[in-house]
Amino acid sequence: MTSELDIFVGNTTLIDEDVYRLWLDGYSVGDAVALRVRSGILEQTGATAAVLQSDTMDHYRTFHMLERLLHAPPKLLHQLIYQIPPSRQALLIERYYAFDEAFVREVLGKKLSKGTKKDLDDISTKTGITLKSCRRQFDNFKRVFKVVEEMRGSLVDNIQQHFLLSDRLARDYAAIVFFANNRFETGKKKLQYLSFGDFAFCAELMIQNWTLGAVDSQVDDMDMDLDKEFLQDLKELKVLVADKDLLDLHKSLVCTALRGKLGVFSEMEANFKNLSRGLVNVATKLTHNKDVRDLFVDLVEKFVEPCRSDHWPLSDVRLFLNQYSASVHSLDGFRNLPKAVRPHLAAPPPLPQRVSPCGHQRGCHKT
Amino acid sequence: MPGKLKVKIVAGRHLPVMDRASDLTDAFVEVKFGNTTFKTDVYPKSLNPQWNSEWFKFEVDDEDLQDEPLQITVLDHDTYSANDAIGKVYIDIDPLLYSEAATVISGWFPIYDTIHGIRGEINVVVKVDLFNDLNRFRQSSCGVKFFCTTSIPKCYRAVIIHGFVEELVVNEDPEYQWIDRIRTPRASNEARQRLISLMSGELQRKIGLKVLEMRGNAVVGYLQCFDLEGESGLVVRAIGTACTLDKLSSPAAFLPACNSPSKEMKEIPFNEDPNPNTHSSGPSTPLKNQTYSFSPSKSYSRQSSSSDTDLSLTPKTGMGSGSAGKEGGPFKALLRQQTQSALEQREFPFFTLTAFPPGFLVHVGGVVSARSVKLLDRIHNPDEPETRDAWWAEIRQEIKSHAKALGCHAVVGYSESTSICEEVCILSASGTAAVLNPRFLQDGTVEGCLEQRLEENLPAGCGFCHIPYDELNMPFPAHLTYCYNCRKQKVPDVLFTTIDLPTDATVIGKGCLIQARLCRLKKKAQAEANATAISNLLPFMEYEVHTQLMNKLKLKGMNALFGLRIQITVGENMLMGLASATGVYLAALPTPGGIQIAGKTPNDGSYEQHISHMQKKINDTIAKNKELYEINPPEISEEIIGSPIPEPRQRSRLLRSQSESSDEVTELDLSHGKKDAFVLEIDDTDAMEDVHSLLTDVPPPSGFYSCNTEIMPGINNWTSEIQMFTSVRVIRLSSLNLTNQALNKNFNDLCENLLKSLYFKLRSMIPCCLCHVNFTVSLPEDELIQVTVTAVAITFDKNQALQTTKAHVEKSLQRASTDNEELLQFPLELCSDSLPSHPFPPAKATSVDYSSFADRCSSWIELIKLKAQTIRRGSIKTTVTVEKTSPMGEGNFRNRSAAPCANSTVGVVKMTPLSFIPGAKITKYLGIINMFFIRETTSLREEGGVSGFLHAFIAEVFAMVRAHVAALGGNAVVSYIMKQCVFMENPNKNQAQCLINVSGDAVVFARESELEVVSTQQPAANCQPACTGGEVTT
Repeated sequence: MTSELDIFVGNTTLIDEDVYRLWLDGYSVGDAVALRVRSGILEQTGATAAVLQSDTMDHYRTFHMLERLLHAPPKLLHQLIYQIPPSRQALLIERYYAFDEAFVREVLGKKLSKGTKKDLDDISTKTGITLKSCRRQFDNFKRVFKVVEEMRGSLVDNIQQHFLLSDRLARDYAAIVFFANNRFETGKKKLQYLSFGDFAFCAELMIQNWTLGAVDSQVDDMDMDLDKEFLQDLKELKVLVADKDLLDLHKSLVCTALRGKLGVFSEMEANFKNLSRGLVNVATKLTHNKDVRDLFVDLVEKFVEPCRSDHWPLSDVRLFLNQYSASVHSLDGFRNLPKAVRPHLAAPPPLPQRVSPCGHQRGCHKT
Repeated sequence: MPGKLKVKIVAGRHLPVMDRASDLTDAFVEVKFGNTTFKTDVYPKSLNPQWNSEWFKFEVDDEDLQDEPLQITVLDHDTYSANDAIGKVYIDIDPLLYSEAATVISGWFPIYDTIHGIRGEINVVVKVDLFNDLNRFRQSSCGVKFFCTTSIPKCYRAVIIHGFVEELVVNEDPEYQWIDRIRTPRASNEARQRLISLMSGELQRKIGLKVLEMRGNAVVGYLQCFDLEGESGLVVRAIGTACTLDKLSSPAAFLPACNSPSKEMKEIPFNEDPNPNTHSSGPSTPLKNQTYSFSPSKSYSRQSSSSDTDLSLTPKTGMGSGSAGKEGGPFKALLRQQTQSALEQREFPFFTLTAFPPGFLVHVGGVVSARSVKLLDRIHNPDEPETRDAWWAEIRQEIKSHAKALGCHAVVGYSESTSICEEVCILSASGTAAVLNPRFLQDGTVEGCLEQRLEENLPAGCGFCHIPYDELNMPFPAHLTYCYNCRKQKVPDVLFTTIDLPTDATVIGKGCLIQARLCRLKKKAQAEANATAISNLLPFMEYEVHTQLMNKLKLKGMNALFGLRIQITVGENMLMGLASATGVYLAALPTPGGIQIAGKTPNDGSYEQHISHMQKKINDTIAKNKELYEINPPEISEEIIGSPIPEPRQRSRLLRSQSESSDEVTELDLSHGKKDAFVLEIDDTDAMEDVHSLLTDVPPPSGFYSCNTEIMPGINNWTSEIQMFTSVRVIRLSSLNLTNQALNKNFNDLCENLLKSLYFKLRSMIPCCLCHVNFTVSLPEDELIQVTVTAVAITFDKNQALQTTKAHVEKSLQRASTDNEELLQFPLELCSDSLPSHPFPPAKATSVDYSSFADRCSSWIELIKLKAQTIRRGSIKTTVTVEKTSPMGEGNFRNRSAAPCANSTVGVVKMTPLSFIPGAKITKYLGIINMFFIRETTSLREEGGVSGFLHAFIAEVFAMVRAHVAALGGNAVVSYIMKQCVFMENPNKNQAQCLINVSGDAVVFARESELEVVSTQQPAANCQPACTGGEVTT
């Protein structure tokens, strides 16, 4: 006796959260059944393995049919075929678009192309995430990217509107899209200590301050591309290190303000020129695409690592950077800077944001 | 009464891409009714076209209005080649033809293609203007209401229950026409869908005419079926119960009675008198708002000379109820005479109802059934209905004579079915023989005094159990005892019926689903030989099914079956029998004796031991079941029962014509009943197997109950969460071990596993009850068995249940006095969600209790929607304004960024096979839903195999039913039934085809909590959410 056909269709579509998770994690029906058996569900319910198999198959079939709709979440809301309560719809969407930290770190800043898709095998082996799940996550990134790519308006809003994600998840996707668009290098060994959250934090600030959208909200791609004009204007900052007098004046302004407030004052005073040079050089090179991609590598090399070797505490780094950027405004040559640069300078320059439990400083960054 | 049908095509959405080059579609719509076709303009390059057409007007006579479906075809315009069809929508406009139902059909309908399934949706508005026509020879029956519900619909009162109506129409099946060889599968499927739609319209119209002839205004318990006979044709037949219904206390309903010519009403006397208990002998109490075009003196056309044919057959299939007994009260005799005279005028005193107004059902005799085997290739004139009419008439006659043999003049809970395999067809009919109160029958004019006495003397909760037949002239041997409730009249030891448990019955404990399953192999044979073989097998199957039911009933410690449905299915090489019923312990009937096993070979020691071991197991099971179902009948103390009323005397005084009453036998009879034990003889391995199979039925896991009746006896505190579902399983038998026993085991396992799966799937609803569990078996091929189950899971409040079960008597009294829905006073948290002022329609959707995570999610969505509406920047702002200009509110989605706007979420439509919705009141019936779909695929593997194919199709059928209900302005389907699910596959060719027929009643319901608030403005409020395209849940 073999079951040729075995289906269950409810007027309200039944969604089993546990099975949904297994499906999202890319387990085959067989593996999913084995995992469910291990969870002790048979003992709890008194069901047999055959019942579990049938139930799992049924849920998998349902999810498979729903997947097409999940690719365009608003469709899930308007379709008539599956009657699903709104809270369940939200859960389906949110979980479908959720991603693994380990996976996103691997592809963050990479071009979302066929080439990268081919590397998913390796990523799967490296991270222990099933290939199926990797594909789903990758396709999600790509799909979101494609939809919002050439759209006007706020990136986060667009993502929320077209994929009905929670605010938190929409922000994460905005970061992923932003990184993929600008192809920031995040995979270097030096950057491995940074989490996705760190990068997402940077992305949000960069979107707010560095993109076209920061100056003009009526352009295409406004939150995706960096404002070229702004990057050009950053070249003007070169004078901060090139002009000896200005450099000294800047240094003395910062030192006066921070004296007694900084634990690492003497190290700062000794290193000011190097640090300032490092920061300004990173900023002035950003007109080249190659250097934009290496932004995070450069920041870590030129600023974070020197600070770390002198054991700067996080609070001191923050104080220093705030003062560093604030003092610039009192310098003569900067009173009549091009307008576009002003708002950006008003915000503090790159700033290591958090200290990880092991005492490492994490580079995150504001402008 | 000709009318004007007006149709407006508003918009489409989610259309499929028809032009690969542009990834877009140039869609237009053809609107067809009868032979007239209109077209919209082509809306170029869009997947969300906005046609916003003019009103297309069809001027048609009402006969066509009733027969024809409105056919809407969506096409893709192609300049160079033929236009490609995207899909179709068939809309049955019948609900617009009677005044109390829907006034407009408006909403999003899934566009359906028989090859591709649902492909997008289309927004349509349909209206009908009817003109009065006083033609008395009219062929239409507009205005007659149809209900699938097998009880008097909740917001109506039965003035008169007229009786049985039936009709049958035949046509050539398009699938078997010569043209089918050259046309595409799509064309063939569409021809079939259209034909069946036409035929059901015609059938309904003809039945409506019969109802008008009987001067009724409604058909209740309407059951329409298709017989796919193959070469010999396609039969659509229907049965129902004609009634005159009166709308309950809803003055608004009388206002729009525009289609009833009022002239005739003056001819009818007493038409203002709503009280049926008058002494008048005239035709009683028609309705004010009803259309009568026939003079009152005219009697039924169906009144035939054959009405008195007594086939003098032994009722071989009249099963269950114990045997003859003392004829009870004198009223009974009188009453019988009265009702008999009332019913004898009817050719068939049958009623398709399964639940009745209080007092209607007087006595129940037992189940009567009849089957007959016919050869389809012997029909002389296959295109004419005569032969089939004759077949059914024959079977109905037999049923009638069986009922007579049981001392009953009527059959209730009546149903008919067929099973066809190649050219052999088994016709089956079954029902419950009963004695009815003439009060509700048309010409029964009962003396008021009699009626009063009747009510005084028939004790509540046991009257229907008393035997209607003569004790001295029993139709079959059985044990009779005095009723355990009233001690006055005789009752059988067990009672089998096809009806629902009467609301006033006193039940002890809870009920449970009882099934008998049986397979019998038969040789493959041709024509006559085949028919003979089947005919020979049938009585044995009936007998065995009966025995199995009886054994299982005893094993459960119960004494009555309700909702019994025996289905015999014929296949190439086997016959399958599946009986489902709900077992209960009726307080009025004696305690069932146990089951005793007797071995035939007493000398063998180990065998003895085995037997005693089995006996112990059986006894344990009975004890366990009694505990499980809370069957603890109070020990009967004679003092309590010793009736203070000297009523037996009174009875014998009045009862002259009947045999003597015999009070003196009382004690004797009782003791006899108690001793009664059921003996199973084990004389061979077969019997052994049977006993084993008895014990293999696993009870549902704790927290679950199941029954196949409307409500579970013993549970009355339903909460509002319901989940209707359909589950289908097909198994392939390995042809090697095809013995009867292996077959039985396979079939048994199939059903048991299916039930287990259901319990597992629905575990999150515990405590809950599966109600109206309906199993259907078919044998699509030699080695395939298909079982389809449709049921509804309803949650209930466990704590309340515990409390109420303590007081059985109170409970039953309560049940007797109140209606179902009034008992269901425990609405869930949902109430606050469904306030009309709620800003986000989707939040209304559910009462299901989800995790907090999910709740957060939903609030995110709401937030997003809010944002989408309010804080849009840039170009999106323009989208919002476009939307506002759209007439349908949600119609305009040309900009691909406009999707998640809050105003377009799909309203929830509940579906249930029951006639009510727990925790809610049905405020309006919108009309019958009767839909037939065919789905075919030539890429079975790509669609996920047979399971994927059928899963998607059933989901689509549900969606289309919901969409139609929503468009009518409703928010639920009650009495939903999937009447047919014919599945055929050919995996080698990668093909499969499936036909599904569903029906039900579209209704508007309101939560009881809401009702209190809006009760004053209720009829108006529920009328039409037309402005929003019918998608607002009420």
